[in-house]
Amino acid sequence: MRRQGRFITVMTTAGLVFLYAPIITMMALSFNSSRLVTVWGGFSLQWYRELISNQALLDGAWLSIEIAALSATVAVVLGTLAGYVLSRFGPFRGKVAMAGMISAPLVMPEVITGLSLLLLFVAMEDLIGWPAGRGLTTLVLSHATFCMAYVAIVVQSRLAQMDGTLEEAALDLGARPWRAFIDVTLPMLAPALISGWLLAFTLSFDDLVISSFVSGPGSSTLPMLIFSKVRLGVSPDVNALATIMITVVGLCVFLYAWQARRKLHVMKQQAARHNRERILQVEAISQPISANANSAGKGRTACGSEFWKQGETAST
Amino acid sequence: MTASAHPKQAARTTASEPSGLSQRLGRMSVTAIPMVWLLAFFALPFVFVLKISLAEADIAVPPYTALLSWVDDKVLSIRIDFGKFLFLFEDNLYLAAYVGSLKIAAVSTFFCLLVAFPIALFIARQSAEMRLLWLAVVMLPFWTSMLLRVYAWIGILQSNGIVNSVLVWLGVIDEPLALLQTDFAVYLGIVYTYLPFMVLPLYATLEKLDETLLEASADLGARPATSFFTITLPLALPGVVAGCVLVFVPAVGEFVIPALMGGPDTLMIGRVLWDEFFSNRDWPMASAVAIVMLIVLVVPVMLLRSRGRQQSFGHG
Repeated sequence: MRRQGRFITVMTTAGLVFLYAPIITMMALSFNSSRLVTVWGGFSLQWYRELISNQALLDGAWLSIEIAALSATVAVVLGTLAGYVLSRFGPFRGKVAMAGMISAPLVMPEVITGLSLLLLFVAMEDLIGWPAGRGLTTLVLSHATFCMAYVAIVVQSRLAQMDGTLEEAALDLGARPWRAFIDVTLPMLAPALISGWLLAFTLSFDDLVISSFVSGPGSSTLPMLIFSKVRLGVSPDVNALATIMITVVGLCVFLYAWQARRKLHVMKQQAARHNRERILQVEAISQPISANANSAGKGRTACGSEFWKQGETAST
Repeated sequence: MTASAHPKQAARTTASEPSGLSQRLGRMSVTAIPMVWLLAFFALPFVFVLKISLAEADIAVPPYTALLSWVDDKVLSIRIDFGKFLFLFEDNLYLAAYVGSLKIAAVSTFFCLLVAFPIALFIARQSAEMRLLWLAVVMLPFWTSMLLRVYAWIGILQSNGIVNSVLVWLGVIDEPLALLQTDFAVYLGIVYTYLPFMVLPLYATLEKLDETLLEASADLGARPATSFFTITLPLALPGVVAGCVLVFVPAVGEFVIPALMGGPDTLMIGRVLWDEFFSNRDWPMASAVAIVMLIVLVVPVMLLRSRGRQQSFGHG
C-alpha cells in the first residue's frame, strides 16, 4: 500500500462530503417537526406517522415491490442466458448484434427507451391484442428488458474470472451440456446471480421515466407518486420515506461488503494455514529421507511457495 | 499412455457424432431465447418510433394517423409525412434544446471526471480488504433512488433553503441567491447523481496500474504531478473514456434533473420530448425528437467506442 498524497486525501474527503451531505441533511430533516428546512422545531416522528397513513403511497410502494421482484427474476434468467452465451459460446452469427443490444440500455437515454416501448405496446395491442391495456404486464416487460443488460454484465464479468476447466471436466466425464451448466456453472455463478437480482430489483424499483411511459391508469408506481409530490416542492413525508429507503439499502450494502471482506480475510487465513501445514508435512517427510539439511530447506520453501500459489488461484 | 488415450479420444468423437446435432440445436435454442427477447423489446420498438415519426398527429386513440390505409378497399395509399423532421430543423427551440443538452452534458461530464478521479485513485491505493468497504461507501448512493437524491438538493438550494440561509446569516449576501432552477443546479445535479458511474470504471483501470512505474519515475526525480500526467493519466485513459460515455450519453437525455432542478429556460432535449409526449400529446413529434437524439448520440458513442478499442489494442 502506498502513502496517500495529501491532495488526494483532501479531494476524496470533499467528494465524500459532497456525496453524503444532502442525504444526511434529508435524513435529519425527516425528524424535524417544523415544515421549514431552516427551522429546527424539535425532534418528532410525525412525518413517519403521516407516511404510514398515506394509503396511495403505500399502494404505490407495494406495486413497485411487486414489479421489481417479477422483473428482476425475469431479468436474471434472461441476463444469465445472454451473459453465458456471449462469454462461453465462442463466435456465432449475430454475436456482435447481441452484444450491442445487451450493452446499449446502459447508455440509452430513458426517455427514448420509454417512448419506444410504449409505441411497441400500442402497436402490439392493435395487431395481436396483447398486452391488453397498460399496467403491470407492460411495466414488467419493460423493466426486465433494461435490467437484463445489467445482469448480463455482472454474469459476464463473473464468468470471465472463472476458468472453464471445471465445466470442461464435467463435459469430459460425460455430463450433458445442460447438466454441466446446472451442476457446475450455476453454483459457481450463484453470488453473481444474487447481486444481479438485487441490482435489477433496485433499478426497477427506482425507475421513473420508463414507468411513466408504459404504465396505465391506476398503476402508478412509487417513484411516479413521489415525482408528482416533489414537483410541488419539499414535502417532509418524502424525507421520511427517503430515510427509510436509504437505511434499508445502506444496511444491505454494508452487510454485503462486510461479508465479502470477511470472506477475503478467511480465504487468506486458510491459504496461510494450508501453507503452514504443508511446510510441516514436507518437513516431516523430508527429515528422514534427506540427510542433507540444506537441500531439505530449499525443497521446503519451494514446495511452500508452490502451494501458496495454488491457494491463491483457488481463491480467485 | 498414448495407446490408452487414443481409443478414448476416438470413442469420444464417434459418440459425439449423433449428439453433435442435438448439442448444436441446444446451443441455438439457448442463444435464441435472449436474442428473440432483445429483438422484440429492444430493436423492434425503434421501428415503431421511426414509423410514427413519419405519421401525423391526430385526435384519436392512439393519437396518430396510419401510414398505410386502404382507399375504397382497393388502392393502398401510403402517407409519409416528413413535416415533423422539417419542423424540427426550422424551429429554433429544438435546435437550442439539442445544443443545450450537449453543452450541459459535456460540462457536467468534465466536472464529474474532476471529482471522481481523486476518489478512484484513493480507493485503488487502499489494501484489498479496505477497497471493498470504500467502494461500498461510494456506491451506496447509486443503490438508493436517484429521484430522492435529486430531491435532497431542493431543500438545500431553494431560496429559503440551507445554503441561502447560512449565507444570509453570515452576512455574505443580503438577498437569497437564485440557486435552484438554474443551469448551475442542473450541472450540480448531474455531477452528483452520475458520480458513481465515473468512479467505477476509473477505479477498475487504476486498480491494475503497475505501481513500480510510479516508484521508478519518483526515483528518477519526477514530481508527483509530472508522474500523474505522464503515467497515471495515460494508463487510465480506457477508464476515462468508459466513464465519460457512461455519464455523457444518459446525461444528454436526462429528464428528472432538468425537470426538478432546472429553470424554465433550461432547455434539455429529454424534457422537450417528455413535454411533447405528455403535455402536447404529439406522439409523432416526440418520435421525431427521439430519432434525431439517437442520431446525435449514437454517432459520437460509436466513434468513441471504436477509438477506445483501437487504443486498447495499441497498448495490448
